[in-house]
Amino acid sequence: MQNRIAEKFCELAEKGESALICYVVAGYPDPETSKQVINALVNGGADIIEVGIPFSDPIADGPTIQAASNAALRKGMTPNKALHVVRSVRKQHPNLPLLAMTYSNILVRAGMKKFMSNAKHCGLDGFILPDMPVEEADIYLLTASKLNLATVFLVSPNTSEARLREIVARTTGFLYVVSVYGITGARSSFQKYTLDTIRTVKQVAGAKVPVAVGFGISRPAHAKNMIAAGAEAIIVGSAVINKISEGSGKKMLNDLQNFARSMKKACKNE
Amino acid sequence: MLGSYPIDGKFGKYGGKYIPETLAPAIEELESAYEKYRNDPDFQNELSYYLTEYAGRPTPLYFAENLTKHIGGAKIYLKREDLLHGGAHKTNNTLGQALLAKKMGKKRIIAETGAGQHGVGTAIACAVLGLSAEIFMGAKDFERQKLNVFRMKLLGANVYPVESGSKTLKDAINEAIRDWIANVKTTYYLIGSAVGPHPYPMMVRDFQSVIGGEIKQQIWEIEGTMPNAVVACVGGGSNAIGSFYTFLDNKDVRLYGVEAGGKGIKSGMHSASLAAGSEGVLHGMFTRLLQDECGQVVETHSISAGLDYPGVGPEHAMLKELKRAIYAASTDQEAIEGFIALSRLEGIIPALEPSHAISYAMKLAKEMKKDDIIVVTLSGRGDKDVEIVQDYLNKNKNNRKKKTKHAK
Ligand SMILES: Cc1ncc(COP(=O)(O)O)c(C=O)c1O
Repeated sequence: MQNRIAEKFCELAEKGESALICYVVAGYPDPETSKQVINALVNGGADIIEVGIPFSDPIADGPTIQAASNAALRKGMTPNKALHVVRSVRKQHPNLPLLAMTYSNILVRAGMKKFMSNAKHCGLDGFILPDMPVEEADIYLLTASKLNLATVFLVSPNTSEARLREIVARTTGFLYVVSVYGITGARSSFQKYTLDTIRTVKQVAGAKVPVAVGFGISRPAHAKNMIAAGAEAIIVGSAVINKISEGSGKKMLNDLQNFARSMKKACKNE
Repeated sequence: MLGSYPIDGKFGKYGGKYIPETLAPAIEELESAYEKYRNDPDFQNELSYYLTEYAGRPTPLYFAENLTKHIGGAKIYLKREDLLHGGAHKTNNTLGQALLAKKMGKKRIIAETGAGQHGVGTAIACAVLGLSAEIFMGAKDFERQKLNVFRMKLLGANVYPVESGSKTLKDAINEAIRDWIANVKTTYYLIGSAVGPHPYPMMVRDFQSVIGGEIKQQIWEIEGTMPNAVVACVGGGSNAIGSFYTFLDNKDVRLYGVEAGGKGIKSGMHSASLAAGSEGVLHGMFTRLLQDECGQVVETHSISAGLDYPGVGPEHAMLKELKRAIYAASTDQEAIEGFIALSRLEGIIPALEPSHAISYAMKLAKEMKKDDIIVVTLSGRGDKDVEIVQDYLNKNKNNRKKKTKHAK
């Protein structure tokens, strides 16, 4: 209970598996369905869930997540309602690691301490803020560590080694490797530099913190290659959102569950 | 010393660099390049060559005698950035940054634009310096400002309508940042105001400070003294900080920034982030924003597209907090009145953005002594706005007719 994320990574390491992390947008397509989406993903084998709290100006996101965030906002999703979604997911899944992915302003506006304690109270395990670099993170880090919340930082293919070391020292829960030069959005293929990046990062992160790779991953084959290069977790976002947008009802949830299953198979190296 | 900010990328608590990690190396590269060239006499000489020979600096400081007499108060001087090549102060910044980009070996320039003024300024600088320009413009603005779109294309730029979010300036900035993330190695992001992550607010301020530097020298030559007040409009805040910076440590010079009051602050339809905003993070900076209680950035309104931005440069947020500058707002209606007054009395059609400053300066002049001096930065010319003003006046005329009919 003290640290669901670390426990999950331990458990998977013993089994020789990598983690499947799935991203959903709270309130997309609506609050109730977003909970069912999480259930479907977990049933399919997702190990960790990232709950996106929609922000009006998501600069690190591509068209898929932008559209989903906007749709959720138009339907009245707010940061507090997103935490309600988290709370009811937590009730159903007491051991599921749950992180929020959002932008700095959502925390800054509400008050760092107030928002993070509320999040903790609702059962959240940590935060991922793509526009919060280590330089600006003093208060964020202090608040999170008092609440025992994970603070996941991102590194990218062009991060220098010195910076990488600094980020590795700060990140908790896992380290988020951005696979490409670019924003979120499903891709059909990756270039060699992505695998090189994973190898380099893994060397520096070593045993200190698990390495997760995200941005653009949409197929089991992507996951396999990245795991072979050293990834201990695979993050799938836009590909999940696309499946939600394309379908509806039971069939959509079924498709999602199957998709999660196929990705999880790749994580088990099956 | 107020002039010594930013310190570690911060103006007091404002500013900083809230950026995705992929941009960190690019920002680092920019910081060190700017640090090198800002102190490099060759760079400064080359920039100064383009500013004088190409863009027409120095711009005049003109005593608006008719306007002054009409008001019957303090003497009003106009800093004529409307006469700068391109028709607005934007060229000071675009030439500076484009030259820096060229020195850094970046050939692909991206920029955002609202009404198109900064897009045109970027296209001009890229054309003369042989760089390629890609301009992001909210789809709504793209539709509203067709003439400027064509102007940018004539100058050789590619212009992309942005369909995301509210389809206006803030979304154009988001899209430019996204493009920068994807093309970070080859691309220079030429931001259009004193906003964004450090070092942009400082750098844009430095390039625009030529305005205030000239004001100081010119008013000294004409009047033998310092102005009592400097007035400028504030969108992102570049012409204002460029006008103010030189005077920050001259405590006797009062500084007034005028935001867009739109249909009135109470109506909620305005762009006055200093007057009515709250603290938050947008576009890489901690500053004052127009946002709802959840932290979602809201849509803004102003008759002038150039002031229609929900954030503001972090240095202004600091100057407001320190009360070193005073921030006020002029409504759409007041801006129109300033626009008309300057056109009729001085034969100068101002852009709608500085019309906000003109209107405020007219009020201020009335309350000041006759031998007091006000300098207003006339940040751009109004050719781009005549149609908007015509529409506004026609609508008002029709409304008035309707009202008088009802009265009968
Ligand atoms: C003529 C003019 N003045 C002022 C502005 C506002 O920008 P800033 O506040 O950065 O000077 C603009 C922006 O487009 C403009 O075109």
